[in-house]
Amino acid sequence: MSQQQYFHQGSACALPIDNVDTDQIIPKQFLTGISRDGFGAALFYDWRYLDDGAPNPDFVLNQPQFQGVSILVAGHNFGCGSSREHAPWALAQFGFKVVVASSFADIFYRNCINNKLLPAQVSTTDLKRLTAVCEQRAEAIKVDLEQQQLVLSNGEAIPFSIASSDRDQLLDDCDFIGVAEQHLDAIDRYENDRATTVPWFMPLSFTV
Amino acid sequence: MGMTLYEKIYDQHQVAQLNDSTDLLYIDFHFIHEVTSPQAFAGLKQAGRTVRNPVATLATMDHNISTQNRRIDGAGEVSQQQLTALQKHCREFQIPLIDITHRDQGIVHVIGPEQGITQPGMTIVCGDSHTSTHGAFGALAFGIGTSEVEHVLATQTLPQQRAKNMKVQIDGQLPMGVTAKDVILAVIGRIGTAGGSGYVVEYCGSAIESMDMEERMTVCNMTIEMGAKAGLIAPDEVTFSYLQGRPRAPSGDQWQRALARWKTLKSDADAVFDKTVHIDASSIRPQITWGTSPEQVMAVTERVPDPANFPATEQQRSVAKALEYMGLTPGSLLQDYPVDVVFIGSCTNSRLVDLRQAAAVVKGGRVAPHVRALVVPGSAQVKREAEAEGLADVFRAAGFEWREPGCSMCLAMNDDIVPAGKRCVSTSNRNFEGRQGRLARTHLASPAVAASAAIHGYLSTNPLVSGEGLI
Repeated sequence: MSQQQYFHQGSACALPIDNVDTDQIIPKQFLTGISRDGFGAALFYDWRYLDDGAPNPDFVLNQPQFQGVSILVAGHNFGCGSSREHAPWALAQFGFKVVVASSFADIFYRNCINNKLLPAQVSTTDLKRLTAVCEQRAEAIKVDLEQQQLVLSNGEAIPFSIASSDRDQLLDDCDFIGVAEQHLDAIDRYENDRATTVPWFMPLSFTV
Repeated sequence: MGMTLYEKIYDQHQVAQLNDSTDLLYIDFHFIHEVTSPQAFAGLKQAGRTVRNPVATLATMDHNISTQNRRIDGAGEVSQQQLTALQKHCREFQIPLIDITHRDQGIVHVIGPEQGITQPGMTIVCGDSHTSTHGAFGALAFGIGTSEVEHVLATQTLPQQRAKNMKVQIDGQLPMGVTAKDVILAVIGRIGTAGGSGYVVEYCGSAIESMDMEERMTVCNMTIEMGAKAGLIAPDEVTFSYLQGRPRAPSGDQWQRALARWKTLKSDADAVFDKTVHIDASSIRPQITWGTSPEQVMAVTERVPDPANFPATEQQRSVAKALEYMGLTPGSLLQDYPVDVVFIGSCTNSRLVDLRQAAAVVKGGRVAPHVRALVVPGSAQVKREAEAEGLADVFRAAGFEWREPGCSMCLAMNDDIVPAGKRCVSTSNRNFEGRQGRLARTHLASPAVAASAAIHGYLSTNPLVSGEGLI
């Protein structure tokens, strides 16, 4: 397989914690901006930095052997809690392209897809194995989205699942609002119909 | 085969099929707020798009505002920038805005129902995970990300995939002093933080039916804390009587038509649920969280769990980590730990019923000298009503701070922050690490339990045990 056919190739680190919530991924004090940029430095802020703002040497992203990682091997129910899309923005802006977990929270999962960040779901057993490897070293992994597998440096392949429509959205350079706009006639028809059947849902004006 | 309420609402909103698994669903109403909308507006402008249906949208300011005053710069310059951006975007796209000084201002999930905007059978979204609150009216309501906010602004639709159906049936009578908050915390304890992933949860049973709308909102609000897409309660007479006469509810002939339609909104008797959970209401006790996830919850009289008693090593590790963060010893009683802060508020528990329950416990008492306690009503309307009823006087006389409406200490985006290492009993919805401030220790509980902790200065002063009356 040629290099281009991989969705991504990079090195991985492990964060083997279950139920990592989006408050941990990006704490609220960094949500005050009005742009989509500048969140990478605040990723995992409370774990990554000490009280005085210095890097916490115990945190995986601060350890020398894990510099430059682009694949995060997480735990179960990653991304639960707040709907803040700042979470995938922070992960992507830090440099992550792929998050591997045994499950993802629904809103976070959708936010990842909409930001071309791959949420790769693997079995609990495979996650344990992968975590063990990535705790030792920044394992080089090839991410094959067509075949839906993570290929480790020894050639071992770990399958992951993703809905085909989500895979297509990651691979296509499509504007997902543009997809809906192809159905504007249907939306018009729907609204006209609703104005008759449920007019109380369709206010013509609304002043506060 | 019969259909669930979720399936009925889903089907009624299908505009087009995008592929094998994805439908384009029509969104009846879209709430926006200052924190998760600016980038959506920027995206719209960048792509040369506009807002398709501004009057199906309502903007409010709640997350980032001061609750000490109504000044737009009350919570600092950075927050002001976000608030003025919202004003500007609403003017530009002609979206109705309930500004910080508006007489109806409040937390988005409090004012939507209050104004009669939230109605049975609707699809409702907001860039906020607690949008599940609106499911209490039999509306399909869920939180979305900012890219989806942009999508809804542009098209009034969202691509969606069908969720699975879960039924949570709670029958029987709740013991005295057990509230809706205890019910949902107990449910989350049973189902787990991820147990609802991929599901829409419909709550039913006699205990749910006997709740008023504000209690039902508390239940649906925290549905997201078990990972579910949305919570639903079939509309009934309680729903209809709550809605009748509200500013945005249908009136006259349309009320009758709406009512006829709303009465059809329930799961069929032969509807199939992918998962069903039964809970005996009489077995539920006042709850409190001991850890850093809403599933780490117990009855207030129970002992703090011991990591060694959990079967899996991952669980042992996560429980030990939570207890270390929370500063709790396995096997201890929470009543032995002094409380530093009590917060009564948030989209979970800031409505009039919540404040009444708290005030009933507080009445005549004094906040313990070492406790800082605040009540943040959910909306300006709740605040006015609570003041008219004398609840505000009860709180103030006891030494509570009585604040202006906003999200406040639930997520501590403004200056309402729990200091590091301090212990807070909070009526909000998340006890995550750092949620209420870096290294802050959060215990989630009902307004009654929180009020009791404020007066006694210690956790776990169970209103049931201590004999304090609830209304």
